[in-house]
Amino acid sequence: MTKTLSRDLIVAAMALAALAMLPLVFPGKHVSDFVIRLSAFAVFATSLNLLVGYGGMVSFGHGLFYGLGAYSFALLMQKAGVSIPVAWIATLVLSAVVATVIGAICIRLREIYFSFLTLAFQMLLYSLIIAWTSFTGGDQGLTGGIPRPSFLGIRLDDPQHLYLFCCVVMVGSLLLMRHLVQSPFGYTLRMIRDNPRRTEFLGIQVWRIRLLAFVVAGVFGSVGGMLISLFVSSAYPDFAYWTISGEAIFMILLGGMGVFLGPILGAAILLLLNDVVTRYTEHTALVLGIVILVFALGLRKGVLGTLNDWLRRRGMANVAKSGQAKAVARTG
Amino acid sequence: MLTIENLRKSFGGVNAMNGVSLRFDTGSLTAVIGPNGAGKTTFFNLITGAFKPDSGRVLLGDEDIAGLSAPEIVRRGVGRAFQIASIFPTLSVRESILCAINAHRHWHANWRHRFPLAAAQTAAEEALELVGLTSRANALSGNLSHGDQKLLDIALALALEPRVLLLDEPTAGMGTEERWQMIETVHQLWALKKMTLIFIEHDMDIVFKYAQTIRVLSYGTVLAEGTAEQVRRDPRVIEAYLGAHYKEQPA
Repeated sequence: MTKTLSRDLIVAAMALAALAMLPLVFPGKHVSDFVIRLSAFAVFATSLNLLVGYGGMVSFGHGLFYGLGAYSFALLMQKAGVSIPVAWIATLVLSAVVATVIGAICIRLREIYFSFLTLAFQMLLYSLIIAWTSFTGGDQGLTGGIPRPSFLGIRLDDPQHLYLFCCVVMVGSLLLMRHLVQSPFGYTLRMIRDNPRRTEFLGIQVWRIRLLAFVVAGVFGSVGGMLISLFVSSAYPDFAYWTISGEAIFMILLGGMGVFLGPILGAAILLLLNDVVTRYTEHTALVLGIVILVFALGLRKGVLGTLNDWLRRRGMANVAKSGQAKAVARTG
Repeated sequence: MLTIENLRKSFGGVNAMNGVSLRFDTGSLTAVIGPNGAGKTTFFNLITGAFKPDSGRVLLGDEDIAGLSAPEIVRRGVGRAFQIASIFPTLSVRESILCAINAHRHWHANWRHRFPLAAAQTAAEEALELVGLTSRANALSGNLSHGDQKLLDIALALALEPRVLLLDEPTAGMGTEERWQMIETVHQLWALKKMTLIFIEHDMDIVFKYAQTIRVLSYGTVLAEGTAEQVRRDPRVIEAYLGAHYKEQPA
């Protein structure tokens, strides 16, 4: 096992332990609900960052997989009456198939064309959900809740079990995605982001790697959808609306797209902002708009990206200072 | 051996490549020269799959590689470096070389192991040493000087262990001293790797000193070919490209 993998495993174990103990420190429902919502958005935003931050593919339609995950899981549980693991795996497979088909169409397009075609596919799913009222509940969403039968001793209708389950899925998914971006595949994605033409002239079929990344991101995006569906015990058309993709992009920008933990921090900040601002004013969109403006103008690399830059500059300055001191000592 | 047969390519009404036929012996060092717009870079683009030829053949050994995609051609042993260094600005020099080695060894889609793979590390250090970039291995590629970026571009191509290496103006944009250093490095690499090396160059002093043979392109056709001495004295080359003063210079 490499050093970096051991380090990531230790960090993941510590994060999981801290999350598990959080309800003991803050016993109210508010904190655990926040963490569950965070788990859904952290996985979703990080999956989008695989495309945006590592692959240079700005998808405006990644919310498709969030919505697909939520609806597929909820419908399988409600209408097919299958067990949670079966619904979970079936949703992952469905997401992979849908991502393969949509990815095959989109990934050969560049930049804005790619972005808007993915958005078009997302709005197609949204329209389908709205129009197919008898199956999806239309604009009301799935009514009547979804059954959550226990499996392997896990009872997801118990809030404590649900909380721990969401934490484990979040940490596990993030760990898997972290491993992926630290693998040779992750570095090939960075090559494509930096210079797709050069990547081709090193013998790599760029479209294959892009498609693979699109499918992986889609699958993890659907995990986010499944988590939120479990939490709200339903699925709503808003989960597939374009604003979900916009929120994920904002989370990435807020936290920092060049840093793996950026989207997670961004998700936490945005959810917190939403909760706090909603408490004081009904003009939530206005306040969020101002925050977006501040970040767009002043903190373009996001919180962690800016912090990283500052630490790097400080480190370089320290090196330069110690070099000067050594030179003075030699000449003196 | 690389053999080009009757290669043609037009863009709209412009015939960029007009029936070019050339042969490059295995292990040879050849310069391709010609005035601006002669079709030199197009020639490279057609060989390496950046453009598909309208007609003609590009034989690498016995296999016709004309019309294959760039990655397919690279996999058959044709590497290239670009006129404007084509690198990965946010990767360090070492990471870039490791990525190129991964690509060459089909490890680029490996998701089970962590980067860098232990098996690639020794080769990467050797490649860095070979082009003299060891001291800058941890620097971001985008922060390198122009000359080092060109060296890195060549190192990326070399990591693929090509049978044929095409260098598009390896000394472009460099000062006099740096140019000679670069071409000396290229010459040493060619001698060491024993590959077929074809380079486009505008500095005639470099071309006449280092190239075993020279091919002159003009308006998408082969104007002349031969040794430095033959090309230098060819009236068509003097007329179209070199200018009269080259007649006066000693061989």
